[in-house]
Amino acid sequence: MTTTAPVAGTDLYRAHFEALSADGAPAWVQSLRADAFLRFAARGFPGPREEAWRHTNVAPIAKAAFARAEPGGTVAAERLRQLDFGGAFTGWELVFVDGRFSPALSSASTYDGVRILSLREALATHGDQVRAHLARLAPPDDADPFRTLSLSLLEDGAFVELSPGVAPTAPIHLVFYSTGDPARPAATHPRTLVLAGRGSHATVIETYAGAEGGLYFTNAVTEIVVEEGARVDHFKLQREAEGAFHVSTLAVELHRDATFSDHNVCVGGALVRQHVEARFAGTGGDVALFGLSIGDGTQHHDTHTVVDHAVPHCTSRELYKGVLGGRSRGVFHGKIVVREDAQKTNAHQSNRNLLLSRHALVNSTPALEIHADDVKCKHGSTTGQLDPLALFYLRSRGIGEQEAKSLLTYAFASDLVSRITVQPLRVALEAFLHHRLPASPTEAAS
Amino acid sequence: MLDIKGLRASVGGNEILKGLDLTVNAGEVHAVMGPNGSGKSTLAHVLAGRPGYEVTAGSVAYKGRDLLSMAPEERAREGVFLAFQYPVEIPGVSNVYFLKAALNAIRKHRGQPELDAMDFLALVKEKSKVVDIDDSLVKRPVNEGFSGGEKKRNEIFQMAILDPALAILDETDSGLDIDALRIVAGGVNQLRSSDRAMIVVTHYQRLLDYIVPDFVHVLVDGRIARSGGKDLAKELEAKGYEWIEREVAAR
Repeated sequence: MTTTAPVAGTDLYRAHFEALSADGAPAWVQSLRADAFLRFAARGFPGPREEAWRHTNVAPIAKAAFARAEPGGTVAAERLRQLDFGGAFTGWELVFVDGRFSPALSSASTYDGVRILSLREALATHGDQVRAHLARLAPPDDADPFRTLSLSLLEDGAFVELSPGVAPTAPIHLVFYSTGDPARPAATHPRTLVLAGRGSHATVIETYAGAEGGLYFTNAVTEIVVEEGARVDHFKLQREAEGAFHVSTLAVELHRDATFSDHNVCVGGALVRQHVEARFAGTGGDVALFGLSIGDGTQHHDTHTVVDHAVPHCTSRELYKGVLGGRSRGVFHGKIVVREDAQKTNAHQSNRNLLLSRHALVNSTPALEIHADDVKCKHGSTTGQLDPLALFYLRSRGIGEQEAKSLLTYAFASDLVSRITVQPLRVALEAFLHHRLPASPTEAAS
Repeated sequence: MLDIKGLRASVGGNEILKGLDLTVNAGEVHAVMGPNGSGKSTLAHVLAGRPGYEVTAGSVAYKGRDLLSMAPEERAREGVFLAFQYPVEIPGVSNVYFLKAALNAIRKHRGQPELDAMDFLALVKEKSKVVDIDDSLVKRPVNEGFSGGEKKRNEIFQMAILDPALAILDETDSGLDIDALRIVAGGVNQLRSSDRAMIVVTHYQRLLDYIVPDFVHVLVDGRIARSGGKDLAKELEAKGYEWIEREVAAR
């Protein structure tokens, strides 16, 4: 481990890595970690001159002296209830506090053909399945050293496996909570692996949150394999503490006739970078990626998507919306790759941004790489302000200026909210938006 | 109710209204006619308080108060209503929610209790008869995907719900076929009352066959060039606007 001099900013994590060496993980996991750590130490954090990181400077993360998260963190029942959509949620729930599975807070139920475990437990009981897929879709990657770091410090997370044909109606909710003691900011690297067997159907929700006023760094990686004819509806609620850093990767592989949807709600955190990647490994696949990002103050929200049409006859749709107030900054980079053989591809991407302040800024970059000729690909990006005429129309009917602005902002986001089919989640999100948009309506959506 | 004196207003640095005088009393219906570009719509928007429409001189007293110092929402709450020539589409906000928010803002301003959902829906049901508006339109997002006629009906429907003291109808007849025009005008006529004043802005005399005005004013180059009774509209129909424009030029 001492062969090369570490790149600046990586040294700190050596101690985290070494502390893991005696955690009892299987030898193959130890070896994955070791290879990843070497790679991370040699690569270091990305710099602002790198193209993929041009708009997002991760220096605040690289320079911060994050500690290893200590065990024993807790979350108050009342707070958990908030994250649990006001207690309205019914389904499986795994709760992780500071990166560690908390059996006492989790309410696992059993269902034939569904395995929902902590990753640590799965390593012991379902080692073969985990080994076959772990870090396969999101391997160490010099273009994104965060996932390399994540693997080198792999400790716990969630494992979800559905047997072929199983379609539980209850959603699976994974809660990653950080206590974020400002006196000792810690980093966690939660990892989720979802394996949806042939013809199965699962709804998976990930919530990332932390204590109010907390300082911490979440570096999450989620890998989802959607086997032939299976369907996974994935939701992610990023509602980290205001001062928190959040970097994540969601990597999805779709086999023949598989369907995947992602609904990404990004509202928290000081500095946030998310990667969403979907790759078609079989024909007839369908991907729908939706994202709603709401930034205020000095928040920085960056979403990078890659949809890889590696095979013919697949469909992808992307709709990402940003609402930016204050001095917040938004970044959207959407890449669509259509490989040479991927004829009859249908790919659609749209990014729409609403700037609520003159000081807010957004960078939107669509990137299409099309190597096949018989395809339909469309992309569009718009950034604008609230329509002054619509604002006047509402005010001319007696609605106050602030309420009219909230109403129009809510209306901008409403189509993404109304797409959320998990009812308690949608209701909670509506309530959250009302809270975030002062004097806004409670029943505006038609 | 409304007393406009020497009103001058500019849009984008161009002076459109150049010293306009007009007095409107409760119970009266005034038609404001004029050629394109004479300032009819500008007058309507200035009265409603549209941002960017800059008043440079003159005064507007409404119920004895300075209308020009009020924000658009305050004017609405005080009973001013503008039926838009081009009603705005607002995707994601249902008509019924929008109207309830508007009505309750107005009621609150008047010191009346807010209407609950039940009472509001009863009111909607009653007022939807005024312009025969379909229930499905009421529930749809504001004006989104409405036909031209449906949008205009929706304006009059809103007027019926909000019950203004001063209604300004900006080219409510534009883009309507004769059947739609009859329905919309019929709705307006039902809303005529002794305590409500109306200003009907129109380019064509046609509308005034259905909404018969008490007074007709002809606007030319930002000023009222001539005022008269309902027969003035007929005269304009026969002679066209050039006749008055020539008169103004000769002054």
